[in-house]
Amino acid sequence: MTIDREEVKKVANLARLNITEAEEEAFTTQLNSILGYFDQLSELDTTDVQPTTRAIETSNITRADELTPFPDKEELLKAAPEQQGEFFRVPKIISSDEG
Amino acid sequence: MTSAAPAKTEYEAIIGLETHCQLNTETKIFSRESTRFDGDNPNTNISPICLGYPGVLPVLNEKVLEYAVKAGLALNCQIAPYSKFDRKQYFYPDLPKNYQISQFDLPIAEHGWVEIEIVEKPNTEPIRKKIGVTRLHMEEDAGKLTHGGSDRIDGSTYSLVDFNRAGIPLVEIVSEPDLRSGKEAAEYAQEIRRIMLYLGISDGKMNEGSLRCDVNISVRPVGQKEFGTKVEIKNMNSFSAIQKAIDYEIERQIEAIGKGEPIYQETRLWEEGTQRTKSMRMKEGSSDYRYFPEPDLPPIEVSTEQLESWKAELPELPLSKRHRYQSELGLSAYDTRVLTDDRTVAEYFEAAIAAGGDTKQVANWVMGDLAAYANSNNLKIAETELKPEILAELICLISEGTISGKIAKEILPELSTKGGSAKALVEKKGLIQISDTGEIEKIIDEVIASHPKELEQFRDGKTKLKGFFVGQVMKKTSGRADPKLTNQLLSKKLQG
Repeated sequence: MTIDREEVKKVANLARLNITEAEEEAFTTQLNSILGYFDQLSELDTTDVQPTTRAIETSNITRADELTPFPDKEELLKAAPEQQGEFFRVPKIISSDEG
Repeated sequence: MTSAAPAKTEYEAIIGLETHCQLNTETKIFSRESTRFDGDNPNTNISPICLGYPGVLPVLNEKVLEYAVKAGLALNCQIAPYSKFDRKQYFYPDLPKNYQISQFDLPIAEHGWVEIEIVEKPNTEPIRKKIGVTRLHMEEDAGKLTHGGSDRIDGSTYSLVDFNRAGIPLVEIVSEPDLRSGKEAAEYAQEIRRIMLYLGISDGKMNEGSLRCDVNISVRPVGQKEFGTKVEIKNMNSFSAIQKAIDYEIERQIEAIGKGEPIYQETRLWEEGTQRTKSMRMKEGSSDYRYFPEPDLPPIEVSTEQLESWKAELPELPLSKRHRYQSELGLSAYDTRVLTDDRTVAEYFEAAIAAGGDTKQVANWVMGDLAAYANSNNLKIAETELKPEILAELICLISEGTISGKIAKEILPELSTKGGSAKALVEKKGLIQISDTGEIEKIIDEVIASHPKELEQFRDGKTKLKGFFVGQVMKKTSGRADPKLTNQLLSKKLQG
């Protein structure tokens, strides 16, 4: 599998990344070499192998529904680039890419 | 004879619902702060986890899993023996991590159904229809935006974010496109809400956003196999809004097709003020969510033992109650619907029957005087002081002839406020019905003797005056005379 510059532009757009033409060129080459490596892996026959989503075999890690509020909300607000009173403040929303 | 009008194309609407229910757990889905609805104090229930700060580790709340499985079972779904979480990537300021933790290809529950029952009028056969439930999955809610500089996003210069809602557990329930009208869709949404409330896992408040429905809708000529272009409608915050938005949208789409105008695949918002749907945005090809497995959360394997124990905790659900009330108790579909809408009312009703109250009488009291008393005092029926056993006692007092129905209605407010035994109250107040023929005759004689003019008028043909005499007897006995007996005896005496 290979990808072209159009695909790189599309992926960059989906990730909201602004990249220059030179970067497009460079990333196309780099991504293709990474994908080329995966092609090598694809030579293995994995027909009867379940997809691996994690390296450690574990399941059902849950916690009790017990309240432990985080003590320092002010600290959390301060960590944001911009705040206004008790709110996080964000710039003008231009694209409605809501889920 | 005029020539026949050109055949009008018949259309049908294909409707599916995506319903989000907030679960009423104490804490958020992956972190330990409160889920309490608190619009006045923004960003009080937040933590580094729900804000997605670097280096944090979300851990699933065990109650969320339990509630989701119970909801899945109640919707007749198959519960997945192996399920996992995924990241759904999109960019919007109400989503702090730029991805939502949701479930993609292995949801906790799939392949279910709910039965809706539409009762048009009292004493008519209900229309029953099974609506497929494609899937139910767990996910986290997003935060809330307030737009600054304008009340609309278009003119705003910045936005403010409150993350109190971010991370509140949701189940998203996706229906099959089995619905055909606004009425069916509203009924389906109500049934989902009813089930959640019966399970006690959500408060189902549409006006506070703890139950939200998005509608997918398209129309096509009857007989056509392919679906029309699908439009999504959002922003309905009541069941009647769901119904009206859908009916409006069906009309709009049929009209557009009739005029040869295209239907765009888009999201439209229901506007309560104008009672219209309005285009919000085109669905772009870019809504590519690039799901991938959530590496921070291990998969979920629900064991058979766990599943069985949760199944055993399920209450009797509305569907089963509806069927049972109609087939075993012989109640009408209409009464059944009123009695089963709220679990506490249904349980009150059942307890009163178990205590010996006549089914039909209990139903009438619960839906009539008792509901009226509770409503006017802003209480639920089960919260009144009239316990179900006492209602049964009261009904038995009437059927035994100890008190009249009228007296029962009169003492209901006192019983509902102060509680205590109906029989004791009746005895204390001396309200026991007079059913002794001799005693009633004596009173009738007195009444007749003191109203010679009315008697004469009656005997001259003004038979309506019988009511007057009944009234006088009741007045003399403070309403305690057996009404049936009084009527019979009066008839005889008045004829002379």
